[in-house]
Order: sequence, then structure tokens, then C-alpha cells
Amino acid sequence: MHKYILRRLLMLIPVMLGVSFIVFTMMYITPGDPARIMLGESAPTEEVEKFREELGLNDPFFFQYGRFVKNLVIHQDIGRSYTSKRPVTIEILSRFPNTLKLATLGIVVAVVLGIPTGIISATKQYSIFDNAAMVAALLGVSMPNFWQGLMLILLFSVHLGWLPSSGFSSYKEMILPALTLGTSSAAIITRMTRSSMLEVIRQDYIRTARAKGQTESVVINRHALKNALIPIVTVIGLQFGYLLGGAVLTESIFGISGVGRLMVESINARNFPVVQGGVLFIALTFSIVNLMVDILYSFLDPRIKSQYK
Amino acid sequence: MADVKIVKKKRSQWMEVWRRLKQNKAAMIGLFIIGVLVFTAIFADFIAPEGYDDQDLYRRFIPPGSKHILGTDHLGRDILSRIIYGSRISLQVGFIAVGIAAVIGGTLGAVAGYYGKRLDNMIMRLMDILLAIPSILLAISIVAALGANLVNVMIAVGIASIPSYARIVRASVLTIKDQEFIEAARAIGADDFRIIIKHIIPNAMAPIIVQATLGVASAILSAAGLSFIGLGIQPPNPEWGAMLSAGRYYIRDHWHIATFPGLAIMITIFGLNLFGDGLRDALDPRLKN
Repeated sequence: MHKYILRRLLMLIPVMLGVSFIVFTMMYITPGDPARIMLGESAPTEEVEKFREELGLNDPFFFQYGRFVKNLVIHQDIGRSYTSKRPVTIEILSRFPNTLKLATLGIVVAVVLGIPTGIISATKQYSIFDNAAMVAALLGVSMPNFWQGLMLILLFSVHLGWLPSSGFSSYKEMILPALTLGTSSAAIITRMTRSSMLEVIRQDYIRTARAKGQTESVVINRHALKNALIPIVTVIGLQFGYLLGGAVLTESIFGISGVGRLMVESINARNFPVVQGGVLFIALTFSIVNLMVDILYSFLDPRIKSQYK
Repeated sequence: MADVKIVKKKRSQWMEVWRRLKQNKAAMIGLFIIGVLVFTAIFADFIAPEGYDDQDLYRRFIPPGSKHILGTDHLGRDILSRIIYGSRISLQVGFIAVGIAAVIGGTLGAVAGYYGKRLDNMIMRLMDILLAIPSILLAISIVAALGANLVNVMIAVGIASIPSYARIVRASVLTIKDQEFIEAARAIGADDFRIIIKHIIPNAMAPIIVQATLGVASAILSAAGLSFIGLGIQPPNPEWGAMLSAGRYYIRDHWHIATFPGLAIMITIFGLNLFGDGLRDALDPRLKN
């Protein structure tokens, strides 16, 4: 198991190098001269040219990329923000707690809504509840979350006045963003839980459990759900990763100061180091979350654990 | 009297799929929504009451009513007309982005699956790298690099979804390539290109079609998301996400500006998802629960 985890962690290195290459290339081809951006439009051309030389921007592409990777690996340095002049790592790490908190709350909403709904839908297949839940889930998947966020603000902030429309410091302020971010994941988890449960419920060992006289709740929770969990956990893990990346829209609606919003601001300001750092950071987090999900499998299913050896 | 032999006409595979699809009410509702959308996009010039950019500052913020069914926006433009014209952009983005992703991703997946070994390893590791970046973030970075306009949004959304097509096609190819009919084709002298194009791709079509239908929905959503944060289609083009974004600043007093473009997106995605789900069940009834 340890060997497996180590191997997977080592595999992250080429992936992250690849991500860094893609991100670096994209920012390299983006129009706009970083030296000019940092010094301002009114700076004299000679000064800009001197600064370009200092920053190494006149060096060949691969030379620049090599330096970028060297700084990244040896000094964990992605550069400095053009606007605030602070190190990018500090900029990102100061915003990350909000993004992580938002994604975590989003996935909690998704799990709390999705799994019970999926289970009830599966146990009462084709009932009114099941049909209504499936239509609701499909609507949930179809609804753009930025629109849903606005509609929630319209209802709960503007009309009812119950919840604030922006901010992210108190629990009251977190409800709408969490609902906005979590709804589509809740819909996906509902659908996955339902189909996974339906598959398991038809198995012989469920019939055996019932025949032994187990109560329905034991049959569903102990026998069926536990065996149906693998695909559900996969989806939850994947969704959590997507929520970390997809939080950008929710952050922008509710004015939450997270990594996603920082990236959009940086793109608009042509603040390339922050964009590069942001993508790298989210990609790394996303990959680690996926690895953790894979490790979690072995606790859910001992058969998988034996394969890891 | 000669014996009369009743021969049941054999249906083609696609006729069989269509028959199953027709029995699925939800899929038919989805198809109807898609049909209405395509019709609206094609005949927008005849259906829309006004042009999408007809401004009149004397009639700003008119709520929905008999004269302007969905009201007017902050520049006095008719929202219904803009939504109708917007269907063109959404469909274009959806289909072209999926086209880019399916062709490039499909080819990479087919080559990786068919040739295997080092080529497979190389292509799939590249896909792993792309998959490590959440798709919306990848699309945002690509648009940032290329510039925000319709074509670049299509390219960005398309590239961001290449890995999913590559994976699906590769998986299908892996199951098909060792079957006897491929061996037979090789035995009669068919070259690799012919085997992939004529024999493997047609047999791997089912999952690609399902992924493409659902992919159009997510492409439209991604493009709208990009426009919402100002990195997509630029004004005055009537893109639904951009309309929604412009309307959000007035949501406290004029709810209708942001509400209707969002509804248009939701109904479109809903239709595509209904149809995509139905198509998946019709193409592979084993998957249906």
C-alpha cells in the first residue's frame, strides 16, 4: 500500500511538470509585455528594455522555462505578482483557505442532499418521489451555477431579506455560496447513488439478507450502501476536485476572495505569474484529491487493497 | 400451393435505436427542445421581434409585458430578441467545440488504443496532464492566452474537453481491436488507416455519440460561464452568459434582465441532457436501470 502511494506521488512529478509546461507556454504566448505592465504605460522604452533584460524576458523560450522550473522546484518560487509585488505563493496561499472552505461546504451540501435522495429514489424506484427527484437532479445538472447564485440572491437576499448577498466570513454568509456551488454536484451524486444502489439491490446477497429477516434499514445501510459506495465515492472525489476549480464563478458572484477570483482578476490585469501559480496550485490540489480518493477505495473494499500491493 | 414463408424485415441497428428512443418520453421531450432551439437559431431573423442590438435608451428596464414579452435591458434592447439571436451563438459554440474535441480527442484515443505501447503511453500521459487541470480553469487560461472572442471560446472549450473523448474512444478501440472481424480485415490486406476509419470508429460510435450530446450541453455551459466572468463572447453579441452577467448589476430592481437568459441556458441544457440520457439508454439498454 505504501509503495502504491509512493508510486502515485512520484507519478505526480511528470504530470505537474507537464502542467507547468502548458501553463508557462500559454502565458508566454499571451499578448502583453510583462515589463511594460510592471513599469506602467508611461515608462520610457529604454527603461522597459533594461527591465526586460533584468527579468530575463529576452532569453530564449526553453531557457526561460528552465529557469521557471528551477525556481519552482528548488525555491518553491513562482515569481512575484506584478500588481502587489508580493510572492505569488503567498498571494495564493492567503486566498486558498476561502476556496477550500467554499469547496468543502459545497461538497457537504452535495453529499447531504445527494446520497439520501439517491438511496430513497433507488429503494422506491419509479415512485412519485423517484420521478420528482430525477427531474430535480436533471434540472440541477442543467442549471448554470452562476445563474442559480443570482436567483438565490434574488429570493433570499432581495425579496426575503434572510441572507446576505455577499461576503464569506459568517455562517450566514456561507449558506448561499455553498448551495450555489453544491447543487450541481448534489444532482450528480443523487444520480450516481441511485444507479449504483439499484445495481446492488438486485444482487443475491441482498435477497439473502432480507430472507434472514434483517430489517430494511439494515439491508439498505449495511449491506447495500456499503457495496454501492465505490462509484459514489469516486464521483464525490471528482466533484470535490471540480468544485475547487469551478469555485471561480461562485467566488465572482458572491465577492469571495478566493483563488478563482484572484485568477480572474489576474487575467484581466495580465498578471501572468499569479495566473501560472493559480493553475499549478489548483492542478496539484486536484491531483492530490484524486489520489486520496484512490487510497480511500482500499478502506471501502479490501479486494482493491490487495491489488495495490 | 407453394409454401408462404413469412420473412420479418430486419431492422438496421440505427432503426432499432430510434425505435427504443421513440419509446422514451423524456428523450422525446429533449429532442423537441433541441428541435425548437435549432429552428429558432436558423429562423432568428424571422422570429425575433427586433434586432439583437436595437438600442433605445428611452425604454430601458421595461418589465415583461405585452409589448416586450420578456422586457428590455439596461440599454433598452428587447430581451426576447436577444435570447432568440443568442441561440445561434450557443448552438455554434456547443457543436463546434464538441466537433473540435471529438475529432482531436477521438483521433488521439483511436491511435493510442490501436497502436498501444509507447505511443499509447505518450498520448495518455498527455491527456493525464490536461485532465489534471479542471476544465473550466483550462478553458479560462486558453482564452486568456488567445484573447476573448467567439472563435477562441470554441477552441478553448473544445481543447478542455479533448481528454474525455480520447479516453472513451481508446477504451472502445481496446475492446474492438482484438475481435475477429478486425483480424479478418487485416487478413484481406486492409491497412491500419482503413481498419481504424472503416471498422473500428463505426463500431465505437455509440459512446462517442452519447458523450457528444452531453458534451454540447457542457460546452454551452462552459462558454456561458466564460462570458459571465468577461472572458468569453464580447458585447454587444447576445451570448446568454454575457447577458446574464450584464443583468446581475441590476438584479435588485430589475430581476428580469438576468433571469430569462439563465432560463434559456437551463432549458437548453435540460433538453440536451434528457436527449443524451435517452440516447445512452437506447444505444446500450444494459445500462438502463
